[in-house]
Order: sequence, then structure tokens, then C-alpha cells
Amino acid sequence: MRNRDLTPSEKSQATFEPRIVAFFCNWCTYLAADLAGTSRMKYAPNVRVIRVMCSGRVDPQFVLDAFAHGADGVFIGGCHPGDCHYQEGNYKTLRRFHLLKRVLQQMGIEDERCRLEWISAAEAERVRSTINDMVEKVRALGPLDLIPTEEKVSAEEVAV
Amino acid sequence: MPEIPSSAIESSRERPRIGVYVCHCGTNIAGIVDVRAIVEFAAKLPGVVVSRDYKYMCSDPGQALIQQDIAEHHLNRVIVASCSPLLHEATFRRVLSRAGLNAFLLQMVNIREHVSWVHLNQREATEKTKDLVRAAVRRVSLHKPLQKRRVSINPHVLVVGGGIAGIHAALTLAEAGKQVYLVEREPTIGGHMAKFDKTFPTLDCAACILTPKMTAVGSHPRIHLWTYSEVVRVEGYVGNYKVKVRRKPRYVIEDLCLGCQECVTACVYKEAKNPDEFNLGLSKRKPVYLPFPQAVPQKVVIDPQTCIQFKSGKCKKTCVEACGDRKAIDFTQKETIEDIEVGTIILATGFKTFDPVRNPYYGYGRYANVYTSLEVERLINASGPTAGEIVLRDGGQPKAVGIIHCVGSRDANTNRWCSKVCCMYSLKLAHLIKERTGAEVYNFYIDMRTPGKGYEEFYDRLLDEGVHFVRGRVAEVSDWATHPSEKGRLVIRVEDTLAAFVRRIPVDMVVLSVGMEPQPDAQDVRRLFNISCSTEGWFLERHPKLAPVSTFTEGVYIAGACQGPKDIPDSVAQAGAAAAEAMALIDAQFVELEPYTAFISEDQCSGCKTCIPLCPYQAISYMEEKKKAAINEVLCKGCGTCVAGCPSGSIQQNFFEDEEIFEEIEGVLAYA
Ligand SMILES: Cc1cc2nc3c(=O)[nH]c(=O)nc-3n(C[C@H](O)[C@H](O)[C@H](O)COP(=O)(O)OP(=O)(O)OC[C@H]3O[C@@H](n4cnc5c(N)ncnc54)[C@H](O)[C@@H]3O)c2cc1C
Ligand code: FES
Repeated sequence: MRNRDLTPSEKSQATFEPRIVAFFCNWCTYLAADLAGTSRMKYAPNVRVIRVMCSGRVDPQFVLDAFAHGADGVFIGGCHPGDCHYQEGNYKTLRRFHLLKRVLQQMGIEDERCRLEWISAAEAERVRSTINDMVEKVRALGPLDLIPTEEKVSAEEVAV
Repeated sequence: MPEIPSSAIESSRERPRIGVYVCHCGTNIAGIVDVRAIVEFAAKLPGVVVSRDYKYMCSDPGQALIQQDIAEHHLNRVIVASCSPLLHEATFRRVLSRAGLNAFLLQMVNIREHVSWVHLNQREATEKTKDLVRAAVRRVSLHKPLQKRRVSINPHVLVVGGGIAGIHAALTLAEAGKQVYLVEREPTIGGHMAKFDKTFPTLDCAACILTPKMTAVGSHPRIHLWTYSEVVRVEGYVGNYKVKVRRKPRYVIEDLCLGCQECVTACVYKEAKNPDEFNLGLSKRKPVYLPFPQAVPQKVVIDPQTCIQFKSGKCKKTCVEACGDRKAIDFTQKETIEDIEVGTIILATGFKTFDPVRNPYYGYGRYANVYTSLEVERLINASGPTAGEIVLRDGGQPKAVGIIHCVGSRDANTNRWCSKVCCMYSLKLAHLIKERTGAEVYNFYIDMRTPGKGYEEFYDRLLDEGVHFVRGRVAEVSDWATHPSEKGRLVIRVEDTLAAFVRRIPVDMVVLSVGMEPQPDAQDVRRLFNISCSTEGWFLERHPKLAPVSTFTEGVYIAGACQGPKDIPDSVAQAGAAAAEAMALIDAQFVELEPYTAFISEDQCSGCKTCIPLCPYQAISYMEEKKKAAINEVLCKGCGTCVAGCPSGSIQQNFFEDEEIFEEIEGVLAYA
């Protein structure tokens, strides 16, 4: 399909590259992402990973802040239940995540845009497949449009 | 905690002067990421004073470059965009320290593992790198000088598992003057090696080289040997672990038993009736027994499952009579829990062999004369159930023997990995069987893998000895005869891939060269010690090349086959390495911990106590008089869970402060 056959909204859809912010815990998912690298696995380039020591550090405000600043999706990765380096941080994450999901729902942010996955240090393949899957799902949803247009312009002006 | 010099605090308060350093990593990064474009992009970011690239940033000249810039350009913040922080964060922090900057004014950007190695498109990889560099620049501006915490190291060491790896590690440490607790689950140490007759490739007798080491462990003044024991709880942190060990009752007081075994002779069971675990059920033992003649400690065990006194309470207790005034037998013994404190831990819990019942087409468990390699190790062993004579389960002696390689290894249906030792031990068994019985021996292999000193030479020797080698994965072992010569024998059906036809080879004995697998409780053990496993279930090392015996938990090391399939020389080498790592920590006398602890700003704390139950380490307490929470920095491990949970935002985490993370989030998203 060539661009001139598309309507403007279809066009933005076709060239739309989702921006996804990820929070990975230092001990499992961040390591798995490193392993994906050393294993030379290839995945979609849309995710920007932020390292935290434990998924329990992920404040719901981080997720809201990401969405407010233009993220189309947020991906939280932690150790499997029972495997948290700090015993139970991930249980706290899970508890908070359910609450966060309800808030997001009320704000009209689709379910697929925010994801929590348990990925152990060995599961590089799951990093790859989850990222690819999430990018495709968010791409299908299109850009997240939270900010009114004027604000967006001024936000862009201040951005470096 | 040592004070941060006031000059460091001041320099960090000044307007940020940031240096950005982009590493090519040869072509690893520069092959995909347009490094020049990143350097130019970074140079324009607010606060950036210098922006450079270099072929290998981690090399000496690379480090010197940064150090020189810090001095020349009065940098007070540094960004290194290179490999994973888990690899070189420490390296570059040292560079900052050497240049007189606080080490924590550095931020790493992972553009190798997270960018160049996982993306193919140069434009996309470069854009992603820009986002990550921008985020780092914004974040690093907020970094504060921090100081690592120093904790002292308890010089005692815990070694878990008494196979050759655990034995070697314990002896090395004890010889160096350290106190060692060696905890072994079975009633004796020795592990798998104690079961072998000879060891490849030199064919030296396993007992001759192992027994002296076992005895040395048993008698060493600095080794506390606790057999029949298991670790049940581990608390604390590097240098200061508190461990609970469960000592199962052997119903024999270890200090009183002399190992004379008169009780065994005197047992009311005249004949041994119970399958002998050490001989894999190939012989019988009594309810009171010594696991094997060279067992360490030389103390008998009573098995309550089979002992009449335990079952009915009505035994004549001839064993007690035989023991006489030594009074070593105690039917009322209870399990005990011992508390110990150690600074470092070495895990050497070994492996288990593959259960060939999972490959039903080889007939194990169905045909009496199909054996596992480990069973054959016992059959061949001079002190084994047949005193080293190869007598089949049906009483006969084999005229032809087939050894099937890679059972439960290199197999998509069971285990994909190569168990590394099976080719070599199959050659060893082929040699020993031929030597003892004169039988025709066939090896069925996929590939012969004999890398190692003297290993290929051993293979050559076997070729000269007239052992047959058939290349092909065996399809089936059956007793279905299609020719009179096959009657009453086992027929191995295999495609000989070198001769390119399917062969039927009748034999009298089949040996399955079973592969190595992680211990069935490896997942429980790794949780107990807070370490990780690879996908296959082996204990995960910190770095496959550069930190092969370290784990991601400081002060916990791994050695031997618990880390992956390996032979005795490699297990011993790892055990020595693990002992050296532990000693390095002990001799340093202290260790520095990351300063990522949480702290409370008291004036904002509302005293709501939300954080208190969030902490798994009981590091947060409530100050009644002030009505505020307080964090004990020594107990805090720095997960940040309380920080995220605090409703008033009054808890922060060093190096992961809210503002720092917000800058990072907004930084990656602030694209034009
Ligand atoms: C059939 C066969 C033949 C072989 N022949 C040779 C040979 O000729 N030459 C050679 O170099 N290699 C040979 N190998 C390989 C050799 O067996 C291993 O390299 C070696 O045994 C590894 O030693 P280890 O101490 O790591 O493990 P192991 O020998 O498995 O010892 C582990 C010990 O830890 C104990 N343990 C496990 N879990 C716990 C726990 N949770 N708490 C407390 N204790 C625990 C176990 O009871 C055991 O005593 C052979 C292997 C097989 C299967
Ligand atoms: S450390 Fe991974 S979730 Fe807690």
C-alpha cells in the first residue's frame, strides 16, 4: 500500500511507531534483557528500558507520568512469584498493579497498554516475544491521545 | 558509614558539567549504532560539556580519556554509553573515583545488550540510543554523591554438598585457616565420585584419590562435618549470613559410634533385605548399615522405615546389646536445628542422572539386562555388589555389550544439552567391560566428544583395543528375535549413518549412558540461597566467562556440577576458584554494599505506618514519641518497595529517587 491511497488517520496509523517505556527489575527481567542481547535475539526497537532494583520500586506515578509524557504503552517486568531478590517486592507490585489497572481503565487507557510480566533471568526469549507482542498490540490500538493538542505543542517546545 | 567529603557535595551542587562517552565496542556497537550521530546529538544536550566516542571505552586509554577530561573540563557528571551496567558500571565508577569525583555521579547507558545486539536497523537503533542518552543526561544532573556501606565479613564459610566439589572447597578453605561448615544431605560425603571404580582418562582408581580427601575432611580440626543434614533457612547478607541447619536423626550418637559395625552383624535380620541406596538397589542392606565401607563419617545409620523397633517397638534390640557400653544407639534421637553464622556460602549440590524410564524405547525397567551407566559403575566397582565382576541380573556373563550414548542428552524430547562427560565415561566403561569380560563392546554414538587433556588420546586407545563404534542414534532396544542368533538376547536397532543402512545388533547387556540433570530440588535450593537458575535448571553464574563461580547474590558461590554438566577435573577447578573467591572476601575483612538504601524525610512523614509491613527485612520501625517511621540502614537491602508504597512521598531511595526516575521517563519520551 502506498501512502497516497490512505486517509490522513490511516496514514498516521501506518507510520505509527509505538513508544513503550519499560521498568525492569535488576535481578530478573533486566538480566533477561541482557541475555537476549548476548544471545543476539532480535526484537522491535520501540521499548526504552529503565532499570529499577525491584519491580516493587515501580510507583504507579511512574506509569502515569510515562503515559502523560507520550508513552503509548508501559511494560513492567519482575521476577516470578517467590523469586524476588527481595523476597516479596513483586507481590507488592502485583497488588498495586491491579489498583493501577482500574485507574487506567477509568482514564480510558486500554488494557493492553500497560502490562506486568514475570520474566526470570533465564527467559530472554520471553523478553523478545513479550516486547514484540506488546508492540503489535499497541500499534493496533494506535497512538494514545491523552493530551489536548495545544498542550502537546507547548510540551514539544520545552522538550529537548 | 564513612562521610562524604564536603568538596564532593559542593562539586555536585554546582551547575552540571557533563561528559558523555560513547563506546564503539569494536564493531559490536558501532556496527549498528551511528556513534558519530550520538556524539553530535549528545553535545547539544543541556549541561553537556564534552561528548566523545572511543573504540573501547573500558580499555586503559578509554578510561584515561575520561579521567583526563574530568580534570581538564572540570566535569562533575559522567555518562558512559556502552555495555550493560552489570558488566562495567564498577569499572567506570572507579574512573570517577580516581579523578576525584564521587563514583555515583555516573550513569551508564546500555546500548550494546539493549540496542546494538538486538536491533538490525541502523536508523531505529540510533534513534533509540538518542532517547536513552537524553534520559541519562537528564537523570545524571540530579545524581547526588553517595557512599558505599561497609560491612564486616564473618570468616566462617558454609559449604553445601559433600561431593568432590564440596570436599575440595572445604579442604582448601580449612587448610587456609578458615572454619568451615560442610553440610551434606546423605549419611556420607563422597557424592557421585564415591560410586566409581576408575576415572577417565587416566583410569586411576576413584577410591584411591577420593578416600584420602574424604578422611581429611572427617578429621580436619577446622571442618564441622554435618552429614544427614540440610540447610532450612538462610537470612542476612554478604558477610553476615544466619543459617539454620536441620540435622536428621540417624538414631546413632555420632560421637559415641566407632564404626565397628558389630551392631550390623548383630541385627535381628540375619539376611539383608532392603535395597541398598548406595548400590542403586543392586544389593541389599540391613536396617542398620554403613552406607559403604569408606563412608565418612564412619558412623552407622538406622533407617526407621525398615527397623523393627521403629515399626513395632518389639525388637530384641540385639544391636544395642552388641554396642554394649559404648551406648551409641539411641532410638529416641530427635532431629535438631543448629544455628550458625557464616560470611560466605559455597553451593556444591551436584547433579542427578537422567531417568531412562522417560525413553521407553530403550526398555529400561522392562528388560532386566538394560542398565544405567551409574549402575554399571557399581557393578564394575571392586567394592560393589558383585565385587567388580560383571554378573547380569539373570546371573549370566555378557558376551556382547551395547553402550548407548546421549540418553537424555542432545535430545529434543528430553534434554537438549550435551552432558559433556558421557562420551568419556562410556569409553571408560567400554574399556573396563572389555578388560573384565572379554565381551564384544559396541558404542552407539551421535558424535564423539572428547575435548580435554588426554581425552582424545584415550579415544584412540579404545579404537586400538578393538571396541566397535557405530555412529547413529539407537532407535530401539527389544527382545524380539528375527533370527536364531538373536534368540534370548537384546537386539539394538540403529541406523548406522556412516554405512548408511539399518543394523540389528544382538547383545546380552545394554548400558544407557544417561546424561546429567539439575537436582530435582534445585529450584527450592536456589530460592533458599536467593540465586537464579538457567532455563535448564542449573545454578546461574554471575557471568559465564568472567565470573563463573559467583552468583548474583554477593557472598554466595557455586562449584561443580550444580552449575552445569562437568567432569571431576572441572568440578575441582571450580571448587578451588569458589574457595579463592570466598577467601578474597574474608581476607579483605569487609565488603562494600551498594548505597541504594531508602531514607525518610521526617518532616513529610505522616506516621501512617503503611511502609512498615511492606518491608520484608523489618528494617522500618515506628518511633512512638515522634510518631514517625524510621529506617534502619543496616537492615535495608534497597529494593525500594516502601518508597513506591509511601502515600505521602516521604521515603526516597538513594540513586533511585523519584525525581531521578521521572527525569529518566520524561527523557526517553522527550523526542522531537
Ligand atoms: C556414570 C558416570 C560416570 C562418570 N565418570 C567420571 C569419570 O570417570 N571421570 C570424571 O572426571 N567424571 C566422571 N563423571 C562426572 C562426575 O560424576 C562429576 O563431575 C562429579 O561427580 C561432580 O561432582 P559434584 O561434587 O559437583 O557433584 P556430586 O558428585 O553430585 O555431589 C553433590 C553432593 O551434594 C549433596 N547434596 C545435593 N543436594 C544437597 C542439599 N540440598 N543439601 C546438602 N547436600 C546436598 C549430594 O548428596 C552429593 O553428595 C561421571 C558421571 C557419571 C554420571
Ligand atoms: S527483584 Fe525482581 S521483582 Fe523484586
